[in-house]
Amino acid sequence: MNYEPVIGLEVHAQLKTETKAFCSCPTRFGAQPNTQICPVCLGLPGTLPVLNRRMVEFAIRTALAFHGEISKDSVFARKNYFYPDLPKGYQISQYDRPLAVGGYLDIETKVPSPPRGEGQGEGATRRIRLVRIHMEEDAGKLIHEGIPGSEGSSFVDYNRAGVPLIEIVSEPDLRSPEEAGSYLRLLRSVVQYLDVCDGNMEEGSLRCDANVSVRPEGSEKYGTKVEVKNMNSFKSVEAAIQYEIDRQIQAIAAGERIVQETRLWDADPQKTFSMRSKEEAHDYRYFPEPDLIPVMVDAAWIEKVQGGLPELPDAKRRRFVEALELSHYDASVLVSSKSIADFFEKTIAIYNKPKMASNWILSELLRYLHEEGRGIEQSRVTPQLLAEMLRMIGDGALSGKMAKEIFKEVYQTGASAVSIVEKKGLKQVTDESAIAQVIDQVLAKHPDKVQDYKAGKEKLFGFFVGEVMKATRGQANPQKLNTLLKTKLSS
Amino acid sequence: MTLHELSLNQASELLQKREVSSVELTQAILDRIEKVESKIHAYITLTRESAMEEARAADLRLQKGDRVTPLTGVPIAVKDIFCTRGVLTTCGSKILENFKPPYDATVVARLKEAGSVTLGKTNMDEFAMGSSNETSHYGIVHNPWDLEKIPGGSSGGSAAAVAAGQCFGALGTDTGGSIRQPASLCGIVGIKPTYGRVSRYGMIAFASSLDQGGPLGREVQDCALMLQVMVGHDPKDSTSVPMPVPNYLEHIQKGVKSLRVGVPQEYFVEGINPEVEKAVRKAIQTLKELGAEIIEVSLPHTSYATAVYYIIAPSEASSNLARYDGVEYGFRSSGAKNLLEMYRKTRSLGFGEEVKRRIMIGTYALSSGYYDAYYRKAQQVRTLIRRDFDRAFEKCDLIVTPTSPTPAFGIGEKASDPIQMYLSDIFTISCNLAGLPGISVPCGFNTQGLPLGLQLLGRPFDEERLFQVAHAFEQVTDWHKKRPEILSS
Repeated sequence: MNYEPVIGLEVHAQLKTETKAFCSCPTRFGAQPNTQICPVCLGLPGTLPVLNRRMVEFAIRTALAFHGEISKDSVFARKNYFYPDLPKGYQISQYDRPLAVGGYLDIETKVPSPPRGEGQGEGATRRIRLVRIHMEEDAGKLIHEGIPGSEGSSFVDYNRAGVPLIEIVSEPDLRSPEEAGSYLRLLRSVVQYLDVCDGNMEEGSLRCDANVSVRPEGSEKYGTKVEVKNMNSFKSVEAAIQYEIDRQIQAIAAGERIVQETRLWDADPQKTFSMRSKEEAHDYRYFPEPDLIPVMVDAAWIEKVQGGLPELPDAKRRRFVEALELSHYDASVLVSSKSIADFFEKTIAIYNKPKMASNWILSELLRYLHEEGRGIEQSRVTPQLLAEMLRMIGDGALSGKMAKEIFKEVYQTGASAVSIVEKKGLKQVTDESAIAQVIDQVLAKHPDKVQDYKAGKEKLFGFFVGEVMKATRGQANPQKLNTLLKTKLSS
Repeated sequence: MTLHELSLNQASELLQKREVSSVELTQAILDRIEKVESKIHAYITLTRESAMEEARAADLRLQKGDRVTPLTGVPIAVKDIFCTRGVLTTCGSKILENFKPPYDATVVARLKEAGSVTLGKTNMDEFAMGSSNETSHYGIVHNPWDLEKIPGGSSGGSAAAVAAGQCFGALGTDTGGSIRQPASLCGIVGIKPTYGRVSRYGMIAFASSLDQGGPLGREVQDCALMLQVMVGHDPKDSTSVPMPVPNYLEHIQKGVKSLRVGVPQEYFVEGINPEVEKAVRKAIQTLKELGAEIIEVSLPHTSYATAVYYIIAPSEASSNLARYDGVEYGFRSSGAKNLLEMYRKTRSLGFGEEVKRRIMIGTYALSSGYYDAYYRKAQQVRTLIRRDFDRAFEKCDLIVTPTSPTPAFGIGEKASDPIQMYLSDIFTISCNLAGLPGISVPCGFNTQGLPLGLQLLGRPFDEERLFQVAHAFEQVTDWHKKRPEILSS
C-alpha cells in the first residue's frame, strides 16, 4: 500500500524589536548571560507586563503579508507550566483569541495539485493555508555545561526571557519533506523582507516544529499525528520529517499503531526519539492574562501597516520576470533571500543591465560566497563595485574572459575593477591600428591556414581569433578584432 | 490626647503648623510600638532607623517649604504585600522569607515622594489569603479591642496597627474584603478603590483581576488624604486607568442631602449577627435623618458571589504563585536530588496550608475539561453580578450594607473550618467581583465592646462620593473617636 504524508508546521519567529515584549530590556543576541534583564522579565513578585506596541505592529505586518485576518481585539492568555527557564511559571501567549486567523503561503512545487494550486510546470504554486498567527514571549535558556567547577549544576540565562515571538501555525496541507522545506524557506524569506525577523535557524531566531502523520493514499481521514521538535536547520527539518514518515510507514507495515506523542530530532544518529506521550502532555491551564487588557487593533492601524508593507518575494519575482525579462529560475533564486534581491536591485540601480547583473551575481558572486560560507551581507564586493565592473564590460573596456579574472580579485580584495585593471596593465586594446598590426603578424605566420580559410574552411576563423588573443594576452577588444579579421581575410 | 492617639489629619495639621516635628511624631509612634507591639504583633518588619532618617528629611522639607504635602512627615505602615526597595517583603509567607525587592511598589514610591515616613511592614495573611490574619507565617495578630480576638484579614496587621496607635495610617490590599473587613473589625476606616484606580505595580499578586490597594485610617479624611497620593494612572500597570482624579477633600463636606442610598435586601439575611444588623439599620436611619433618601434595591445574584469568588481568585492565584519555585529568589528547600523534587519540597515547605489549598482549587478549576464548568461559568456569573450593580445604580447613588456579618471572632475559632472562614467575606466579595469602590466606617460596638462596620459601595470611580457620605456619617457619630485600652487589658 502507498502512504501519503500529512505535515503541518508550527514556526516560531523571534521579532526584531529593540526591546522585549513586556518590558524595556534590549533583545540583542549574544550578550553576556543575565545582562539584559529587569524585575519584569525576571517575573519578580508584584511586577506587571506592559505590551510593546512594536511587537503588535510586527505581528500585524506578518499576518497581513500572509493574507491573515487581523482580530480587532485579541487577548493574551497565560500558558502555565513549570520550568526553570520560565520565570513566572507561565508564558504570556495567546490562546482562543489570537491576533490573526487564516491566511496562506503559495509555495512553488513540482507537483501542483489543483484546485488549491495554480498553473503547471515551472512557476506552479500550491497554496498552504495558515490556521493562525499569535504573539507570545520567549523563555530563557538553561546552561548545563561549560561553566568551570560546577559539574552537576545547571544555570539559567534570562536574556532571552520575554523576547517577542510570533507563532505561525499552518494547516496540515504539506505533503512531503521538500514541500515543508519550500514552505519554511518562503516563510523565512517573507519575514526577512518584512524586516520583522532575521530568520536565523542556527541562532534560534526561527524555530520549527512539525506535526507529521501518514495515511493510505486516497484516504480522507488523517492518521495519528506525532509532533517532532528540535530541528535547527532547514536540512534537519526535511531530514526529521523524512525519518518520521519512514518510521511511521514501517511501523504501520509491521502492524503497529502510531501513538500520539512528542518526539525529539537528534541530528547525530539522524533519528527521532520519544520525548513524552499524550498522557504525559502538559495541561497548560490556559486562561486570559488578567494583567493585560485586550489588544485593540483598529482599521486605521491595519491600513497604516498595510501601506508600509514592502514588495514581497512573489511580487518581486513576477516583476523580475515580466519587467526585467529574467528567466523564472534566475528570478526565483534572486528573490529567495532579501539580501540577494537587495544586492541585485542596488546593482542595476547603478548600471541598468539586469540580465548581466543577474548572471554575474548568480554564477560568480554566489559561487565564491558559497565556497567561503559567507552571506551576501558580508561580501567584499558591493553593488557599487559590481556595477562598475559591469559597466567596463558593457563599454567594451573589459572582455568577458578578462572580467572573470578581475572579478576574482575584486571579490578577494574589495578593490575596484578599474584599479585592478590599471595596476595589472590589463586594459583592453581598442586601438584598431594596434589590433590590425597583430592580425597582420598572425596571418603572415600562417599562410597555409589563410589559404585553407579562403578555400572554404571557415571554422579556422576561431583559430585566428585565438592566436590574436594569445598575442595580446587576451586584451584585444573582441568586437573590433572580429570586424578587422573578417575584413582582412576577405581582402 | 497623646501624640499616638491623633488621627492622621490631626497629625498632619500639627506638622504643617510646625507645632510638632516629624521626628517627634515618629519617635512617639516608635515608643508606642515598643509598648504595645508585643501584645498586638502588627508588624513583620520594623524599619526604625530609616523611619527616623525619613522623619529628619521630612522636617527639612517642612522647614524649607519644599514639596510639602499633607503626608509630609506623617508616619505610616505598609502591608508586607507591597514591595519596598531593599526592605524585606515576605507577603506573610515563608517562601519569601529572604526576599528584598530591588524596587518600590508604585504606591510606596508615591507615598515616599509625598514625604511620608515608613515605619515598617505589617503582618498579613499569607499571600493575602485569609480573613483572620491567622495564616501568616509570621504569627497571629491580636485585635487591639480584645487581644483574644482576630483583627480580620488579610490586612489585619495594618488595621490593628492603626487601631492600636502604632501608625497614623496604613496601606492595605483588598481582593475580597481584605481592607474593609479588618477595618470593620478593628473599628477604623478602610477603602477599597475602584479596580484600576490604584496601580498594582509592585503589589504582590493574589488574584490579579480583583486585587486593589487602598488605605486604612482612623477617620474618613485620613483615608482621603492617603488615597489622594496613591491614585492615578501608572504606565507600569496596564490595568490602571488613565482617568482624571478629583480632589477628594474639596467637596468632602458636601453631605448626603437628596442622595439616594440603596439598601439591598439580599444583605440582610439569616445568619447575620443581630447586633451587626441593628447597628447598620441604625446607621441607615442616621443617613436618612441627614437628608438621604433610602431606597430598597435588589442584587439578585448576591448569593453566588462567594462561589464565584472562590473559583476566580484561586484560579488566578494558582498561576500567580507559580513563580515561587525556589529557582530565582526566596526560599529553596535543600537536599533535592532533581528538579522535580526541588519544586515539590520548596513549595510544600514554603507555602502554608491555606495557600496550598487555594492553589489546588485553582489548578483544578483551570484544568482541561473543567475550565468551562468552573472558570468560564464563574466569569459569566461575575458579569451578572456586575449587571446587578449597574441596574441598582440606576435607582440609587450608593449602596449601604454591613461590612462583615459578625464582629471579630475568637482566635482559632474558625481556623479549622475554611467554609466558615470564607463566609466572613460574604458582604465584601461582590464589590471586588464588580470592580467597584467600597468603604467601611465604624458604626457602633457590640455589647462586648467589639467594633462594628458599615459598608458603602459606589459607582465605578466614585470614591469621592463614598468619602462625602462616610464623612457626613462620621461627623454625627463618635465611634471613630474611641481608642482601645490595650495596656490595661
